[in-house]
Amino acid sequence: MSDFSRRLQEEIPALRRYARFLARDADWADDLVQDSLERAIAKRRLWHKPESLRPWLFALLRNVHLNQVRRQARRPAEVPLDQMFPQAGRSEGQTNTVMVGQIMAALDSLEAEQREILVLVAVEGLHYKEVAMVLGLPMGTVMSRLSRGRERLRRTLAGESPTTTATLRRIK
Amino acid sequence: MSAAKASVTEQDLQAYVDGWLAPPRQAAVERYLSEQPDDAARIGDYRIQGEALRAAMLDSGLGAGPAAVPERLLRAARGGAAADRGGWWVRAVAAALLLAVGLGGGWTLRGLVPGPVGGQIAGESAEAELPRLAAAAHRVYAAEARHPVEVRAEEAHLMVWLSKRVGRPLGAPNLDRFGFRLMGGRLLPTASAAAAQLMYEDEGGRRISVYVEAVPQGSKTEFRFVDENGLGAFYWLDGQSGFALVGPLQRSELLDLAKAVYQQIEM
Repeated sequence: MSDFSRRLQEEIPALRRYARFLARDADWADDLVQDSLERAIAKRRLWHKPESLRPWLFALLRNVHLNQVRRQARRPAEVPLDQMFPQAGRSEGQTNTVMVGQIMAALDSLEAEQREILVLVAVEGLHYKEVAMVLGLPMGTVMSRLSRGRERLRRTLAGESPTTTATLRRIK
Repeated sequence: MSAAKASVTEQDLQAYVDGWLAPPRQAAVERYLSEQPDDAARIGDYRIQGEALRAAMLDSGLGAGPAAVPERLLRAARGGAAADRGGWWVRAVAAALLLAVGLGGGWTLRGLVPGPVGGQIAGESAEAELPRLAAAAHRVYAAEARHPVEVRAEEAHLMVWLSKRVGRPLGAPNLDRFGFRLMGGRLLPTASAAAAQLMYEDEGGRRISVYVEAVPQGSKTEFRFVDENGLGAFYWLDGQSGFALVGPLQRSELLDLAKAVYQQIEM
């Protein structure tokens, strides 16, 4: 198996998470992942090594997803996020267990554009520049949405009405 | 204190949460936070949020190692699925060619195209033949008043069918803003593979076509232009597919259309 294929296989769990997050349907998500892997194999020469593989794959997957939605071949399901990421098998004694139970529902209440950035940054560990590449946005926009998303999530979890959350701090 | 406050931005605080700051900067942010309890509490909450998100999403059975990954995904990562698919369309085209011969060969492109048509479409030869085949197909079918397409655009299975037969997912480009409406498409036999042709027409009755062909060992090329006896064609290779846009239009007009096709046909 080629080095590229090995690295692709390592990214499958991350791709499945992102696909579930976007598609909200487990079967459709795996179809998306499969399409993206096939495209990645076909286009592997377009990936330049110093670049990390994950954002490149995420951009491919997101593109496939958006095209399917645009052509109305698939409509995003309206399954709540906490059902896409069930709590089964979660170990006991974790810090903030209560919060883990609520976090996906709280995340779901954010605007889509903030939600996606928060997941890419906080869960998948992408750098802001990489998020900007995946989403096709300027880095400044990514930063301000991240900042707003975090603050809104904080207030939602604190039980405040999300509609009252103006950002506390001016973004410099 | 005031110096630290002035120099620490919201971006610094976010980057601090995510661990992207260089050590000196990180130390500056820590100094700042030690003097700003409100911000320190807020940043602490963001870190806890992050942990909760990671716990909820990373520990949801999807990150549990290769054993949990479906075999079809592992195979796709090895390049197996693409190979299977290649085998499938090669067989499909062989069947299509046999059918054509059985019917008297009336609708193959052989003989319609100047120069040799046969041979493995790969690398340079694919590039050279692509616009010729696309132009020949355009000439034949664009002239058809009653049957320019095999399957009309209104039929929902058009793109599914063509995608299957050409061996790659295809979305029909929308060229409405240029005044061209999709009429439908057809499958074409080529020497070694199948090609799809999508036909478009504008108000004035001008017809253009998008031609897509699987290329077994393709590379990526820029747009190239040829004039095939009065018919303009922009063509390019993109990985395992070759594309051409053909029509009796000015080069600049065709280029705009080709760009739109390029942007949209990826799916």
